[in-house]
Parts: sequence; structure tokens; C-alpha cells
Amino acid sequence: MKKYINLFFGLLGVFALVTSCGNQGKSASSGALSSGAADRVYVAPGEYDEFYAFFSGGYTGNLTVYGLPSGRMFKEIPVFSQFPTNGYGYSEETKPMLNTSFGFVPWDDAHHPDISQTNGELDGRWIFINGNNTPRIARIDLTTFETAEIIEVPNSAGNHSSSFIIENTEYVVAGTRFAVPVPQRDMPIKDYKGNFKGALSFISVAPKTGRMDIKFQLMMPGFNYDLSHPGRGKSHGWFFFTTYNTEEASTLMEVNSSQNDKDFIAAVNWKKIEEYVNNGGGTIMPAEYAHNVYDDHTHTATSTMKKEVLTVDPTKVPGAVYFLPTPKSPHGCDVDPSGEYIVGNGKLSADLTVHSFTRMLEAIENEKFDGEAYGIPILKFEDVLAGVVSQPGLGPLHTEFDGKGNAYTTFFISSEVVKWKLGTWEVLDRQPSYYSVGHGMIPGGNSQKPFGKYYISMNKITKDRYLPVGPEMEHSAQLYDISGDKMELLYDFPTHGEPHYAAGIPAEKLIANSKKIFKLSENKHPYAALTANDTKIERDGKDVHIYMSTIRSHFTPDNIEGIKVGDKVYFHITNQEQDFDVPHGFAMIGATNAELLIVPGQTKTLLWEPKKVGVWPFYCTDFCSALHQEMQGYVRVSPADSDLELSWSLGED
Amino acid sequence: MKKASILMIIGSLLLLGLFVFPLWNIMLGAPQYPEPLGMNIHINGIRGVQEFDIQNIDGLNHYIGMKTLPKPDEMWEFSTFPLVVGGMVFLGVLIGLLGLFGKVSYKWFVGWFVLMSVLGLLGMYDFNAWMTDYGTDLDPRAIMKLTHPDGTPMTYKPPLLGNAKILNFNVTSLPGVGGYLLFVGMLLTLVASYFGWKRNSIKVNSETN
Repeated sequence: MKKYINLFFGLLGVFALVTSCGNQGKSASSGALSSGAADRVYVAPGEYDEFYAFFSGGYTGNLTVYGLPSGRMFKEIPVFSQFPTNGYGYSEETKPMLNTSFGFVPWDDAHHPDISQTNGELDGRWIFINGNNTPRIARIDLTTFETAEIIEVPNSAGNHSSSFIIENTEYVVAGTRFAVPVPQRDMPIKDYKGNFKGALSFISVAPKTGRMDIKFQLMMPGFNYDLSHPGRGKSHGWFFFTTYNTEEASTLMEVNSSQNDKDFIAAVNWKKIEEYVNNGGGTIMPAEYAHNVYDDHTHTATSTMKKEVLTVDPTKVPGAVYFLPTPKSPHGCDVDPSGEYIVGNGKLSADLTVHSFTRMLEAIENEKFDGEAYGIPILKFEDVLAGVVSQPGLGPLHTEFDGKGNAYTTFFISSEVVKWKLGTWEVLDRQPSYYSVGHGMIPGGNSQKPFGKYYISMNKITKDRYLPVGPEMEHSAQLYDISGDKMELLYDFPTHGEPHYAAGIPAEKLIANSKKIFKLSENKHPYAALTANDTKIERDGKDVHIYMSTIRSHFTPDNIEGIKVGDKVYFHITNQEQDFDVPHGFAMIGATNAELLIVPGQTKTLLWEPKKVGVWPFYCTDFCSALHQEMQGYVRVSPADSDLELSWSLGED
Repeated sequence: MKKASILMIIGSLLLLGLFVFPLWNIMLGAPQYPEPLGMNIHINGIRGVQEFDIQNIDGLNHYIGMKTLPKPDEMWEFSTFPLVVGGMVFLGVLIGLLGLFGKVSYKWFVGWFVLMSVLGLLGMYDFNAWMTDYGTDLDPRAIMKLTHPDGTPMTYKPPLLGNAKILNFNVTSLPGVGGYLLFVGMLLTLVASYFGWKRNSIKVNSETN
């Protein structure tokens, strides 16, 4: 405990030191306001933003879409969480998306979105994001802006060093934060050290369809794998992971995992392991993990439980993994656009450590090892070091790059963003963040070609930035113009949930691909009513299937009789509109799930289990048309023993 | 007569454009339709400018009780017009060829132009009559029965040419590419007639001198 208190006061001391620097930065920023910051974030009515920005929702489990520079939110895309707004995770079609080996898990903690790439540049086909709590990776289709696929990651816990994309989207990579017993078993927690494992999963992405499959899991020592980024350009073929808790402590982690002067960045030569695996290497082990795929034609998700996974012991593949000593529990692991520099943001260090890929290769070549950990060679710190950014701030977390030779590092404790120069390691500028920034984002940040015009800081503490709304509030983001020598704070806007990381892309890469409707002629849903003549009701024991259609401004049918208490009534609703932005909603009184929001050409299903006799209304929840308010109907529910036959109608008196 | 005959042939052939391009185009823009809905009127049927425009126009029109837009087999015009246009092309080319070989005089060119003009006017008359019927013969059970300020029932006939404001829609009706080709083609046959006449009058003059 004493040690803990010492650390606390130590931090306070440096905190005071650094905040005095921060104040100097603040006075420089006042120039931004006088040079028309408002004009530079203003997007006139009807005009479009220059960039899309996808913010992870953190504990919302979802992904939100914003525009830059305006900071306007366009959409929340449900990914890992049930979303009553449109019925995701409630409708029969989307329930399988949230299936896992633990059963139906309606929530997750979404952290790090990353956009697909071709030749090291953003291609805007898909965006991937990790579920941290029940380890999962999701793929979102950027033509529909809907979740297309979710794969669970076995042998993992706290899926945090995820989901990062390699330069041709060969793999999306997912690393475990918690080391766990593999396979899981009943054992004393104190026997962690030496017995737990840290799985790093390389999930292949099919080039055309984007379909994900776990190619292999690298079973690393039981450290905590915090964050990761791919090599690119010259370092393509390698992947870098920061670690903490190389002490392998299992309790009072904030102290016990902070004792080693240096933890590691694990450098993984995935190409070497891929080759090993392609030649039959690795061990297939039993596992259980869900693979959920949504089909745009059936408008339905299917969940398949996979039974095995290929694991690789890193010591069996010589030359595949090395440890780079990095001071003080590094958090962010960031690789510059050229692929030469690997930045370890040692969050308890006052300095920023930058490793050199070229020097790393030389050290490996010359076998300059400084011992090993669990059979994995440790390189000498001095031999891999490219440089140190000296005393830039306190609590470095994450670094982004502008593609012009500059890096931008966030400092949580001193609450600022610091711009520094790659190669010379000199600090060029610093700007305060409000307050305690976590990640920062430059569009194209994880690629060879960043678009270095704006920088967004995602702040962990909001406090007084906006009108007060009680003790709980949204998080805050700040937009900086980084096109000049100095960063200029332009704008401040709230973000939904707790965004951890974000991914940005020039708007013109996505606009033309965004779908407006689903074609009814391509709807392959088994219960679709493609024309008004396809509407009908079928009874199969207690299951009642209603093939219902919507078109402005009525349901077909809108009068239904013959439903009985105890039935399971499936409303299969097809929106027959083929016009942009004419969704219809469906809500049934007493339904214990949610509503449905059905876009043109889509079919969705809501399950209703009537419990009371009576005549019960349903209605359209989306103000679809001038006669929206008339878009309603009735279901007559008779006692369970009633002999009333099913009947249905529209427009009959 | 050579130049005139070639112009006659080219002019007639331009009418073939009607088999590819729309004769007429009607666009419907509204606050909710910044990208307007549109219909292209071809000689063999009405097609949407975008894939689902016809369906969406019909969907909106049902509120005010308008009939759905006719399918090709629901109007005799759509089977007759292609025959008439094809026939006139054939006739025009034939006359042009005969003119080229000196078998017929420019008066045949004039005759073709007059016939085509009469047919065109009849077509316009018919088209206008259909639009009047379409815009005024409304379902008595229509959802919205609107009246003008003077109390007379509102009708929804699109304009034959130009702009009109119909409820929330701005309707613009203009010739399509096929229509312009038709006009240019007819103009060429008129020019051909003129050249034929001029050459003929020079010839007549030189004979009289």
C-alpha cells in the first residue's frame, strides 16, 4: 500500500510540472479562434462533410458515424448490442448475430474500429471492430452500414489488442488482454504464472466476400496483450503487440503489474507463421466459438458453432517472435506510415520510446539477445531503439501520424496532445485536451497514407464541457486542424457512449457505394410477401406465421382474426417500397421485445406471444407518409380453446 | 437535287432515334424528392428515369386517386406509334433515294413533311388528351380530394410543355432526346424541300431564259 501511495504522490508531482507546460500551449491556441475556427468547422445546410469518422461506442457495443469537420452524428450502427431502434438483436433474423458459445450475449464493449485496406491505403469496403468483453470481431459492410458478420474468438478474454487490419486486409488481428488457462479449466488463480496463456488470433478475411475465419492462434506467454498495429511497407509481414503485466500478477494489478522497469513489445513475423501453418504446422485443438453471418438477400443471419481452432506454439517456429523491451507498461503500439518506427507509449514513463524496424532486423540478424522469456528471444533495448522523445508529457497512451513526418501522442495524465517529429524526436507543439485524452485519430491513421488535415482527440473525462445533465454524461471529442505548423483547436463535440478509438476516411471513398434501398426482386427471405398477393397467414400448431406487407400507407392485411392466447405469432413484414428513405415501422401492443424498422425491400420478423383476450392494435412507428397516422390495424385474440378460424383482410367492410 | 435528297434521307433516318431515346420527358421534383422522380415517354411505352420511378409515381398518385401509368399493352398508341414512325422512315428514305436518282421531285419531300407534321400534331393531340384524362379522371374514393380556392375539384394534368406546380411537385415536361432528333430530322426534310425547290426554280428560270 505504501508503494502505491508513493507512486500516487510521484505522479502528482510530475502532473504539476507538466500542466505548467500545458498552460503555455493554451495561450497559443487562442489564435485559432481569432482566425475563424467557426468557418472551418461550419458545413452549410445541405452540404457534406469532408470525412466520415467512425467512433467506437465503447460500452454501447455499437459504432457511431460522424462527419468531419462538423462533428454531426449521422447514424448509430448496432454491432454487439441489441438496438430497439430498429429491432437489431430483437428480430428473429438478427438474434443469431449475438449468439456466442456462452449463449445469447446482447451487449459488448466495442473499442477499436479499423477500415479495410488495399495496398496499404484505405479502400472503404468494410470496417472491423472488436467486442472486448465476450471476445468477438465484427465486420460492418460499408455499402449498407450494417453489421455483416461477427466471429467469436476462443481462448481469449478481454479482446483488447484488436481489431487491426494488415495492408491488404489479409488478416484482422485480435489479441487477448487477459491471460487465461488454455483450455479453460478449474485451477487456483494464484497458479497463473507460467500456466496461463495469451492468445493472439490471426483472422483471415476473404478478399472478395470479406468472410472471416480464424487462420491460427499464436499461444504466447501469459502476459497482457494491450494494443497492436501491423507493420507496413518495409515491415509488412510483421505485427507488433504491446504487453503489460510481464510480472504475471493476478491481483492488485495496478501495483503488481507495474513493477518491471520494462515490459515488452512482441514483434510477430506472421508471414513466417503463415508459411509454417500452410505447410501443415500447428496443433488443432478443440474449441467452441460462434460464427454469425448476415445475408443481404435473405435479410437473415445464421449462427454456426465452430468446434476447433489451429494453435501455434511460438517456440516451434524459430525466428517468428521476438520481444522488444519497452519501458513501463506500454499501452498504445503505433507504427508510422513508412513502417520503420514502432512507438511504444509507456503509460507510466515520462519518455516516449520509439523502436527502429531496421535496427530490430539487424539485432535479430546478429543474434544480439538479452536472454529469453518462455523460449522467446529478448532483444537488447539499446539495439532496437530508434530514439526517445524526452519528457513530452505524462501518461502517453496513443500516437497517430500525419504522413508528413510528424507524430501526435496523447497524454492522459497531463491531458494534452503533443506533436513531435519522427527522426529528430523534438517536440514541436502541444495543445490541451478537455479532459484526459485517450485515443487520437487522423483519418487513414493505420495506413501508409494518412490524410493529415484533422486530428480528433477522444477524451475520457467530460465534466463541464457542455450544459450539465446530471452525474452521467456522454464523452467529448475535440477537433484540431493539423494542416499548419501548429495544431489549432477548432471544435468540441459530444460523442455517444465511450468512444475508445475511431477510424476516418475521405467521404468520396464511400458516398457512391452507399445503398439506398434493397431490391425487392432480390429479396430471398423465406417469409417475404413480395406482392400484395403473397400476403397470407399460416398456422402450424401454436406457431402462426403472418406474411404481411407494407406500402404507403397501409399494412396488408390489417384485420386479423383467429389468433389465440398462447400462440406464438410471427409477424414477417416486408416493406414493398422501392423508394429511398421510406422505411416503415411495426409495433405491437404488449410485445415484450422491440419494434421493427424495415427499410425498402427488406423483410423482418417480430415474435409476439399474446397473453390476453381482446382486440389489439398494431401500427407503423415511422412517420412514413402523409397518411402515416392511419397506418394501423387490429389483431383479434380469442381464448386458447376458441374454434375461430384464421381470417385476414384489407379494405373489406 | 443530290444535296436535297441526301438531307431528306438523313432527316428521315434521324427518326430512328425514337426507337432508342424517349420522345418526351416529364420530371417531378418536390421538397422530399431533391432527386426528382421522372418518366421517359418512348414511342412504345413509359419508362422510369430511375429503376423504380414509375412504381413510386404510381404510389404517390394513389393518394389523389390517379390511375396507374399505362403499361405498353394498355394503350394502343404504344403498338401503333412504332409502326407509324417506322413507316415514315421507310417512306422518307425511299423518297430520298428516288429523288437522288431523279425519279421524284422535291414536292414529294414537301408531301412527306406535311404528312409527318399532321401525324405529329395528331400524336400531340392524343398525348394531351391522355394526360387530361390521366389528370382529371380521378377515383371518387381517393384519399385526398382537393379543391381549388373557387371550390372546383383540383385536377392534376401535367403540362404538355414547360413547368407546372402540382401540389408539392414541380413538374417539368420537355422533349426527350428522341423528340429533339425528330424535330431536327423534320427540319432537315424541310431544308431538303427548300433546296429542292430552289434548285428546281433555278432550273425552271434557266429554261425560261
